[in-house]
Amino acid sequence: MGMTITEKILARAANKNSVRPGELVDAQLDVVLFIDVTGPPAVSMLETRGIDKVFDREKIIVTPDHFQPAKDIKSAELHKRLDQWARRHNIKYYYKLGRAGVCHALLPEQGHIRPGEVIIGPDSHTCTYGAFAAFSTGVGSTDLAAAIATGKLWFRVPASMKFVLSGKLGPGVYSKDVILAVIARIGVDGTLYKAMEFTGSALKSMSMEARMTMTNMAIEAGAKNGIIGFDQTTKQYLDEHLKDKKDYTIYESNSDAKYEEVEEFDCSKIEPMVALPHLPSNGVTISECSAKQMDQAYIGSCTNGRIEDLRIAAKILKGKQVAIRTIIVPATPTIWKQAKDEDLFDIFYDAGCVIAAPTCGACLGGFMGVLAEGEKCVSTTNRNFVGRMGHPKSEVYLASPATAAASAIEGKLTDPREYL
Amino acid sequence: MTKAHVYNRDHINTDEIIPARYLNTDDQAELAKHCLEDLDAEFVKKVQADDVIVAGEDFGCGSSREHAIWAIRGVGIQTVIAKSFARIFYRNAINNGFYLIESAEAAEKIKDGDELEIDYEAGLIKDQTAGIDIRFNPLPDFALEIINDGGLLEHIKKTAD
Repeated sequence: MGMTITEKILARAANKNSVRPGELVDAQLDVVLFIDVTGPPAVSMLETRGIDKVFDREKIIVTPDHFQPAKDIKSAELHKRLDQWARRHNIKYYYKLGRAGVCHALLPEQGHIRPGEVIIGPDSHTCTYGAFAAFSTGVGSTDLAAAIATGKLWFRVPASMKFVLSGKLGPGVYSKDVILAVIARIGVDGTLYKAMEFTGSALKSMSMEARMTMTNMAIEAGAKNGIIGFDQTTKQYLDEHLKDKKDYTIYESNSDAKYEEVEEFDCSKIEPMVALPHLPSNGVTISECSAKQMDQAYIGSCTNGRIEDLRIAAKILKGKQVAIRTIIVPATPTIWKQAKDEDLFDIFYDAGCVIAAPTCGACLGGFMGVLAEGEKCVSTTNRNFVGRMGHPKSEVYLASPATAAASAIEGKLTDPREYL
Repeated sequence: MTKAHVYNRDHINTDEIIPARYLNTDDQAELAKHCLEDLDAEFVKKVQADDVIVAGEDFGCGSSREHAIWAIRGVGIQTVIAKSFARIFYRNAINNGFYLIESAEAAEKIKDGDELEIDYEAGLIKDQTAGIDIRFNPLPDFALEIINDGGLLEHIKKTAD
């Protein structure tokens, strides 16, 4: 019987001819991510055990992002620990302040993500990189410590669920709306422990940025990884972004590969979606929730803080005024510069938005846009749990950059199609 | 005495277990002060060493922050009993040598405040308040091996020797 793309990549990494769901494997890691909140604890774990080595200084990618630039003394201490460790081990790809950015936007952009590879990171949204036909998953600090020291981790091979996305997205509808519609149907544990494989004709018209928005949120359905096969769009992005190591192996699911379930979506029928508090699975169409008053709009994060997202928001905000606090967070310094060079900053400034430095910031209630008691925020981020962006009694409404921008203008949840 | 703190809800997430506003430290004692703060602000006042948390489906969903396990362990909780666990939380628990019990029956039958006695080897929870025995499937062997070694790093050290 054939294998899925996820099974093939894990088999390769475990040096086996084939693997089956449920099987435990020791996989060789190709890329290990290291960030400010979860990285330093891993270093401490190694140090207290007298282990101070890295398996490969060229395969560990380091960037502070969650609380950078340091938001307070304690996070400054985390950054100091990160910095000392990265320097001591002469980490080749260490993105310091000025080049640091939201990790899941930064790594593909800087050419660290290649098809067929196994990537882990101490952040749940590490599943983002599956958009590049790679196996990529989030882990905790202990796993990171083990990965840093040995370059290997244990995995239980996940069963796969296939999501066939057909049809063409309508105007004003984006990949964020698709993934919110998917999660609304299957629930926040709809793919628990499983691989979430996206396929279908609707992907063809999606850029890598748009695809990353979908694999990014695979964890919001409980998945171990999200994954999308390789095509010309993938190739073109890689041709433009890969730097040092340009070779990679392309794996594809066999036609007789086994899927636990297959879900089909006609994307032409999907409307702009909003996930209501307090679960990403509470998705409803914009028409079911429009006119709900907001206090803030937040456009950024590893889900929707890329240049394409900022362009979509700018197109809607051009020549308009925002009615509520609106925070724009380009996810990386490169995106920040692109947005500036394309004069998007002028549009945002004229509309009354503030433009922040690249950071995870308020997405997780860190800083730069935290909510007060009772406040409501329409946000392009990925989670709307209780207290996610601030006070436990604040509320987060997840939406696309277009919906967030239109809602910013009106001060209430608004159908972006009114502004196209 | 082991007391059950029952939260009859699915999808209790890592933001509720340890809000991100406290992630600027990895000090277990500090994290413990805020354990479950956004779910139940009274929890840290009533919890005692060796107590257990009981919850519904998908416990620990959301972030990969191991701080969630550290906060729970920091207040002295000996185990979490849930209908199911989110993947990264489950993995983090094992890697920290922290035992989890997956049992829908236990999650349904145990009431808040019940006194429990747990035999991990035998896979048996004695609910002394309700006077019932609940059997559960122990964790898989590979997980037990890691837990018995004291966590993933000790396990790796041992197997490398």
